[in-house]
Amino acid sequence: MAGLTLREVAKSYGDTDVITNLDLDIQDGEFVVFVGPSGCGKSTLLRMIAGLEEITGGTIAIGNKVVNDIAPAKRGVAMVFQTYALYPHMTVYKNMAFGLKQAKTPADEIDRRVKAAAETLEITPLLERTPRALSGGQRQRVAIGRAIVREPEVFLFDEPLSNLDAALRVQTRIEIARLHKRLGTTMIYVTHDQVEAMTLADKIIVLRDGNIEQVGSPIELYEKPQNMFVAQFIGSPKMNFFKAEELNDKGQSYLKGEADIIGIRPEHLKLAGKTDALITATPDLIENLGEIALVHCKTASSMEFIAKTTDLSAFPVGKEVKLTANTSVLNFFNSTSQQAV
Amino acid sequence: MSPFVRSSRFGTFFWPILAWVLALLFFFPIFWMVLTSFKTDADAVKPEFLFFFTPTLENYFNMTENYDYWRFAINSGITSVFATLFTLSVGVPAAYAMAFNPSRHTKDILVWMLSTKMLPAAAVLYPMTFLTKNMLGLFDTHFLVILVLSLINLPIVIWMLFTYFKEIPKEIIEAGKMDGVSFWGEMGDIVLPLAWGGLASTALLCFIFCWNEAYWTVRLTTTDAATLSKLIEGNRAPEGLFFGRLSAVSTAAVGPIVVLGWFCQKQLVRGLTFGAVK
Ligand SMILES: Nc1ncnc2c1ncn2[C@@H]1O[C@H](COP(=O)(O)OP(=O)(O)OP(=O)(O)O)[C@@H](O)[C@H]1O
Ligand SMILES: [Mg+2]
Repeated sequence: MAGLTLREVAKSYGDTDVITNLDLDIQDGEFVVFVGPSGCGKSTLLRMIAGLEEITGGTIAIGNKVVNDIAPAKRGVAMVFQTYALYPHMTVYKNMAFGLKQAKTPADEIDRRVKAAAETLEITPLLERTPRALSGGQRQRVAIGRAIVREPEVFLFDEPLSNLDAALRVQTRIEIARLHKRLGTTMIYVTHDQVEAMTLADKIIVLRDGNIEQVGSPIELYEKPQNMFVAQFIGSPKMNFFKAEELNDKGQSYLKGEADIIGIRPEHLKLAGKTDALITATPDLIENLGEIALVHCKTASSMEFIAKTTDLSAFPVGKEVKLTANTSVLNFFNSTSQQAV
Repeated sequence: MSPFVRSSRFGTFFWPILAWVLALLFFFPIFWMVLTSFKTDADAVKPEFLFFFTPTLENYFNMTENYDYWRFAINSGITSVFATLFTLSVGVPAAYAMAFNPSRHTKDILVWMLSTKMLPAAAVLYPMTFLTKNMLGLFDTHFLVILVLSLINLPIVIWMLFTYFKEIPKEIIEAGKMDGVSFWGEMGDIVLPLAWGGLASTALLCFIFCWNEAYWTVRLTTTDAATLSKLIEGNRAPEGLFFGRLSAVSTAAVGPIVVLGWFCQKQLVRGLTFGAVK
C-alpha cells in the first residue's frame, strides 16, 4: 500500500502544454477522483501515473519511490480502462492470469488469486469464456478482476463506468465503493460524472486546462468552492450566480468589499418571507422529475436561473415571486478574479 | 434510395446477368488458354477447332522433358518464398512501429512509401541492369531476384500490415504494458494472435505478387535464377506458331497459384480489401 506524491509534474506534446507544474499529495488508502471538463488532462495525468505516458517535467513518487523511469508493470499500479481492453483471444481466466504469469508467479498462486477474485466479483462461471461472449457489465468485472489479482498498491480507473447503462452504472459504482472499503487500497478514479465523484471520493481534484482548481472532500467542494469554476462544476444543476443588478436591496446589502456576485445553489432557493427576499423573478418553465422539480426562472433583466423544489405550488408559472436562501449557504465571489471572497 | 438497394424485377434479373457476363468475360481467356494447352500447335490456330478437337498431353510432356519446367518452377518457388519471408521480416517491425508508436511524420512516410510504386519501372531499367550486370555481378542470381521482389512488394506489405495493426485497440497493447509483458511477449502473445488473419492474407498476397512478377524477373535473369515468367516469355514466338506449347507452359505457371488462391479465398478477400471487411 502506498500514497502518491506529485511534484511540479508537467506534460507537453510539442508546443502544447497539457499539464503545467502540478503538485499533488494522495494519502495511502485514499479514494481520489479527478474531475474536470473534457480535454482538461484527467486521462493524461492518470496515464502519467500509470507510466503509459512519459512526463516532461517534475517527479512522480509512489510510496517513497520516484517512479519516473520505472516501467508501468513495476510501479505497483493496476489500471482499469474505459474500453476494458481485455485480450480478446484469451479466456477470462487467462486474461486475469496474464499479468501474474509475466511476473513469474507460481501457477498454484496464480490459480488461487484468480479464483478468489472471480469469487468476489461473481464471475466464476465465466472463467472459461472469451470476452466476446460476455455482456458489457461482465467485461467490466473481468477488467476489475484483472486489476485485483495483481494486488497493486494503487488502482487507476479511467472512466470505468461510462460504457454501461444507467442501472448498471449505479450498481457497479456501489461495488467499486465496497471494493475500496474491503481492500483499503489507494484508488485514483477519473470521471466526467459528478455524482460518481461525489459518492465515491474521499478527495476530489477539480482540473481545468491542466491545472488544479481545487482539492477537497466532496462536501468541502460543494459547500465552499474556492472559485466560480468549481462552484459551477460541482452540483447539478449548477450554482446560480447573481450580480448586483439582479438582486433586491436586501440582496445587494450582502455584497461587501471585493464581493460582487452571490452564488446560490438551486436547491437552496426558496420562497421569501416579508423581509428576507433577495431576488425577484418569474418562473417560466417547470421540469417535473417526480420527487423534485426544476423551476426555470427569469429575473427582470432577463437573466435565467434554476430553482430546485419539492413544493410546486410555490412557483406559479408566469407570476412574479420573491426568492431567498439562508445566509449560511450563500457563496460570494469577485467577478474579476473569479475567486471566492 | 440508390438503385442498388431498390429491389425491382429489373434489378433481380439484370445485376446477376451482368455479373455472369463480366465473370465469363474475365474467365474466357484463361479458359481458352487451358483448352489450347491440350491442342497440338497446328490445331491451336485453327478457329474450327476452338471447342472441338482431339485433346493431347503432348505439350505437357514436351514441357517437362524439353524445357525443364521444374527448374523454373523451383526457382519461382524459392524466390517467392524467400522474398515473402524477407518482406515480412522487414515489414512487420516497420508497420508495428508506425501503428503503435506513430510520430508526426508517420503519415508522410506511409505516403512516401506508396509513392515509390508510382515510379515507372521502365525508368530504372537501364541503371538496374547495368549495375547488377557490370558492377555488382548479381545478374541472374537468386539473391537479386529475391531482393528485387522484396523491394517491389515492401510498400504494399507495410501498408497492409499497418492497417491490420491499426485495428488492434491501443488500450490492449497498453494493458499488456501494465501487465508487464516483454517486447517479444507482446508480439507473440498479443499482437500476432490478434493480427493473425491479416498477417496470413498479407503473406499470401505478397507470395502471389512475387510468383506473378514478370517485368524484373524476365529482365534480370537468363538461366540460373529464371522463374516461370521467364519460361513463358521464352516460349513466346512472335508468329504465334506455338500456341499449344505456350498455353501449356502458362497453364502450368498459373496453376499452382490458382490452386493456392482457391484454398485461401477468404483470406484473400480480406487482404484485397485492406481489412475493410470484418
Ligand atoms: N498525443 C497527443 N498529442 C497532442 N495532444 C494530445 C495528445 N493526447 C492528448 N492531447 C491533448 O491533451 C489534452 C488532455 O487530454 P486528456 O485525454 O487527458 O483529456 P481528458 O481530461 O481525459 O478528457 P476527456 O474527459 O474527454 O477524456 C487534450 O487537450 C488533448 O487534445
Ligand atoms: Mg479521458
